[in-house]
Amino acid sequence: MMNIEEFTRGLENEFEDIEHGTLTPDMNYRDIPAFNSMYALIIIAYIDSEFDVLLTGEELRQTNTVRDLYTLIQSKK
Amino acid sequence: MANFKIENIALKGIACCVPKTTEKTENYPFASEQEYKTFVNGTGIVERRVADDAICTSDMCFAAAEQLIKDMGIDKNQIKVLVFVSQSTDYLLPATAVILQDKLNLPKSCLAFDVGLGCSGYVYGLSIVGSLLQNMESGYALLLAGDKSTISSHEKDKSTRPLFGDAGSATLLEKQKNDNPMFFNLQSDGSGHESIIIRGGGTRLPYTQANLDDREIETGIVRNDLSLEMNGVDVFNFSLKEVKPNITELLENTSKTLEDIDFFVMHQANKFLNETVRKKIKFPLEKTPYSIATFGNTSSASIPLTLTTQLYKELANSQLNLLLSGFGVGLSWGSVFLSTTNIKVSELVEI
Repeated sequence: MMNIEEFTRGLENEFEDIEHGTLTPDMNYRDIPAFNSMYALIIIAYIDSEFDVLLTGEELRQTNTVRDLYTLIQSKK
Repeated sequence: MANFKIENIALKGIACCVPKTTEKTENYPFASEQEYKTFVNGTGIVERRVADDAICTSDMCFAAAEQLIKDMGIDKNQIKVLVFVSQSTDYLLPATAVILQDKLNLPKSCLAFDVGLGCSGYVYGLSIVGSLLQNMESGYALLLAGDKSTISSHEKDKSTRPLFGDAGSATLLEKQKNDNPMFFNLQSDGSGHESIIIRGGGTRLPYTQANLDDREIETGIVRNDLSLEMNGVDVFNFSLKEVKPNITELLENTSKTLEDIDFFVMHQANKFLNETVRKKIKFPLEKTPYSIATFGNTSSASIPLTLTTQLYKELANSQLNLLLSGFGVGLSWGSVFLSTTNIKVSELVEI
């Protein structure tokens, strides 16, 4: 499994219009400028394709940081 | 899973109808340019058609059916089945299909009823009319599917208003000896019934004046009890989870592979969702047509609308193996593998 840095960069690449290096493991990903519900779909799709882990809306709602997502994926692998 | 086949039924023609009025996504009052861009890039919706007050779903389906019957030159007296698939009927009762039987001047020997499904409705509808017609000696079945979703998408709800467009469709099937059965795999999961719902106006929450009180759910999302309510994340999760295994099982049961499919036509939910499903299935983009850019999500009309606007030449001039898949409100989903040979595709009707 990729490490947290690779995961953060990989996720960042999925988001349009954000500068490289904006996303960090411990920031609240909802603080990305213009974060909206479409970003939630992008997160779910990325995690599904990279890890074969499908997050529910409820699971996603309980996360805040990129690290939370990473930990959640590890717990579901 | 409900896997079955229908034999000796041929899909003979399709027509679609949309309202003339176009609403462009760029004219929706998004909070910011960024929000607008994210919406368009994600959903793929540039514009959609919106029916004015005088146009009901049944009017669009009626216009499509009249065009199709005229173009095909068939004898109306041979139409024995009429099913109207819609979540936007003319009245609470009677069934709109019965009204359409009269408006279309079909014989009294025609059976007619409504089916209350949305995103999965076209695939379900094909299975219903096909099953009924299969047991008759001869004749035609008319499947009318569509919705006026803008009647219930709240003008101030950015999550539904710019997403849904209005459209109606008519599909004609004929009882005919052939060696190309239609294979279906249909499923349901009512535990997700709140993912897409209109709560008020039925018998669970009967209509009162209070149904019309608007509430701000979050910034940019205003609804009342009669508004279409959608949890996009839950619908997305459901689609990623269920569509692929449904198709895999369908193909296993038909001894077909993805290589046997000329075109894969999905319910047009939103472009990002559809593309994620397509990549998961590993089906080529060039064989996956889309109509969502110009019509939005048109509920049960989205598959026939995509067929008639994107594949009219191929459908009219060749033999095709099609995989059609609808998924959403219910939750309800299903796929069909079917073959068509030089079918009639009417020009898009605009009213």
